[in-house]
Amino acid sequence: MLIARVIGEIWATQKHESHEGRKALLVQPLNLDGTNRGDAVVAMDSVDAGVGDRVLLTMEGYSAMTSVGRPNSPIDMAVIGVIDRIDLAP
Amino acid sequence: MYLGKVVGCLWSTVKDSRLEGQRLLVVQPLTPELQPTGKRLVCTDCTGAGSGELVYYCGGKESSFPFLPTEVPTDRTIVAIVDDLHVDRSAGC
Repeated sequence: MLIARVIGEIWATQKHESHEGRKALLVQPLNLDGTNRGDAVVAMDSVDAGVGDRVLLTMEGYSAMTSVGRPNSPIDMAVIGVIDRIDLAP
Repeated sequence: MYLGKVVGCLWSTVKDSRLEGQRLLVVQPLTPELQPTGKRLVCTDCTGAGSGELVYYCGGKESSFPFLPTEVPTDRTIVAIVDDLHVDRSAGC
């Protein structure tokens, strides 16, 4: 899983039926120092995260589709947690 | 999933039989600011997207799920046509 920040939302009318009723979030993966880690991606939301939240992002299909309750659907990334705090060993 | 723009389509006559009837579209990956990023690739489509449209596409085995029970041999499928997007990189930083 990756640490990421929600940077936006996407609206789509014409989409696969499994994406109905779930928010599609634009999510920027981050390094531990807060810098960007590659390009932003689109992830389904399973925890009602919003723009600005630091979140836990899964980029594996099975965990993504089951976390949003849509098994056997074309979902390969999902936001599965909102991060409160990260403590690192010194 | 990844944001992209449809920039063309591709025709193939000799292909895996499970690809019969599938539209193959050339997609340019984009950043949320709609700048091109990375190389163009070919996607199957389950939305009816056309040239010039902003879309997002799914990768991996999950990209074959829209076509079940046919197991289409694909690793990228367009799953939505984007109407609008809102980006705010300054929020929460």
